Amino acid sequence: MLTTLHVFLLQSWQTGFIALRALRRNRLRSCLTALGIIIGVAAVVAMVAVGNGAQASITAQVSALGENLLTVFAGSKRSGGVSAGQGSASTITLADVKAIQREVTDVVAVSPEISTSAQAIANSRNWSTTIAGESPEYLQIRDWKLTRGSMFTEREVRSAAKVAVIGSKTALELFGPLNPVGQGVRIKNIPFVIIGLLESKGAGMGGQNQDDRLIIPYTTAMKRLTGDRYLRSVNLQIRDAGRMTIAQDQITGLLRQRHRLTAGDSDDFNIFNQKDIAETVSSVTGIVKLLLGAISSLSLVVGGIGIMNIMLVSVTERTREIGIRIAVGAQPAAIRLQFLIEAITLSLLGGLAGVLLGIIAARLVGAVSNFQPIVTLDSIALAFGVSFAIGVFFGYYPARKAAALNPIEALRYE
Amino acid sequence: MSSTPLIQLRQLAKTYQTGDVTVHAVRGVTLDIARGEFVAFMGTSGSGKSTLMNTLGCLDQPTGGDYLLDGAGMAGRNRQQLAVLRNRKIGFVFQSFNLLARTSALENVELPMLYAVPVISRPERRQRAIAALAKVGLAQRQDHHPSQLSGGQQQRVAIARALVNRPELLLADEPTGNLDSRTSIEIMALFQELNASGITIVMVTHELDIAAYCQRVIVLRDGAVLSDTINDQPRSALAEIRRLNDLAPAATRS
Repeated sequence: MLTTLHVFLLQSWQTGFIALRALRRNRLRSCLTALGIIIGVAAVVAMVAVGNGAQASITAQVSALGENLLTVFAGSKRSGGVSAGQGSASTITLADVKAIQREVTDVVAVSPEISTSAQAIANSRNWSTTIAGESPEYLQIRDWKLTRGSMFTEREVRSAAKVAVIGSKTALELFGPLNPVGQGVRIKNIPFVIIGLLESKGAGMGGQNQDDRLIIPYTTAMKRLTGDRYLRSVNLQIRDAGRMTIAQDQITGLLRQRHRLTAGDSDDFNIFNQKDIAETVSSVTGIVKLLLGAISSLSLVVGGIGIMNIMLVSVTERTREIGIRIAVGAQPAAIRLQFLIEAITLSLLGGLAGVLLGIIAARLVGAVSNFQPIVTLDSIALAFGVSFAIGVFFGYYPARKAAALNPIEALRYE
Repeated sequence: MSSTPLIQLRQLAKTYQTGDVTVHAVRGVTLDIARGEFVAFMGTSGSGKSTLMNTLGCLDQPTGGDYLLDGAGMAGRNRQQLAVLRNRKIGFVFQSFNLLARTSALENVELPMLYAVPVISRPERRQRAIAALAKVGLAQRQDHHPSQLSGGQQQRVAIARALVNRPELLLADEPTGNLDSRTSIEIMALFQELNASGITIVMVTHELDIAAYCQRVIVLRDGAVLSDTINDQPRSALAEIRRLNDLAPAATRS
């Protein structure tokens, strides 16, 4: 048995050489045949890389929202079936926020949020922007840093001080390249002093520019700008990612109790869980990635059919050669192996070239777009595996056909 | 062992089905060929000599009777077993040479050794191929491709290929059919030399003067043996070549 295997291996080795020589002899045709696989593999590698890159970039955007972030939005105001949008209802009060802080122990940072649009005027320039009322903990919750100055303090919140932290875009519009810290700005005719400049964060989820805003103490916003007693939302940071769901449930229970909702009533608030969003986003991008891979895999199948086609032509063309080989004592298995190795070599070389081409294509995409495609080893391994399988699958039929040739007729073939 | 004839045909029959018509290519041939014989099969086309050759060469299976090669029956053997037998025991020479194009003479000769069981090492393959080419007088041509060789040289490469696995039986199907008469005689001289060294040769020809170099002539007609004659005094191809060489200078002088 061992010697049979030994013989088989040695014969495979020799047969491999025969197959390679045949491919070398028809170099142009071999290249053209492999082209289908090259394009297919390149498409798979590049597409999966683009999918990975897009996924990573979106995931990074989601996590830029802040770590372990829960946001409680006031429910939407409804009038006759028309919803006025999240945060429009007046349901969440500062007392609710205090209660959450007191009773939900996993909450480590809180920022009540009031948001309004207003014209900000500095010197002779004016700029319409978002005014957000927050607590000092907001920057910690959102993992946001200041490039200049400092954040307002708890004392300034208590005194409803007229201080503001400015987004980089707003600063550019109002002050140009000058340092805005220490400058004055008028919001709804109330003078504020700018005490900090936020670092640039770029476009957030949904595309709005996060850098175009002024952040002021929420007390100031409530007392001096909107006059509201109600909050639009509350940003909460949870101690640990594993406690997000528990905290969310506790907050839900607490607010339902405080708002005196009975079992049949629906919540008059919504809780936005950053982890949930991240998971949803990554499952969506995962599907997109799978789809990209699946579509580009089709071209691999087309490439495989190309190989089968050429191998069939090759078997017909080399009928006489096959007849000679059989006549001098080539066993059917040796003939089969020869053509199988030819097909596998074509598809593997195609796969190799395809991987290189795919990596180059992914680099090109990275050079012209705002995210970086990620070529992973497993996509390369998969592309190789698939091209090997294609070689075997689409090479087997022509190889079997060659081995089954009748030597007498094959020798007579012109 | 050596007393059994190399080839034993027992009521060998071969029928083909072409459409509705059944063709009886060979109808119950019984004959023995001993080791060391040099036999010519003759007959018109359709006499069954090609079918008989294919069966002797294990390229085809009989549909009736049995064929014993070296005492072993061929009936019921599969393609794989027949391939191994062809590789070990039989060398083929064809009318149209059947060399691999765009492949050197040396590689053509190495071909049967690629499929040998047990495996023959690369250096040994090479060395044996060189020796076989030397034996047929083509030592200087080992790197030539078939297209760079004359018909006679191509047939010599084919003979070297047929010999390289040291077969017991050399089958030649009209080996001189595509050659001029002078080259034909040279090929026959080579055959006679090989035969003298102990190889059994079975040849198909329709040329009487080629059959005259063989020791035994079997004439077939309609798939049966018409006559089986021992040729006590086969013509010597070497002597014929010498005679031609003597004539040729005289012819050019005149």
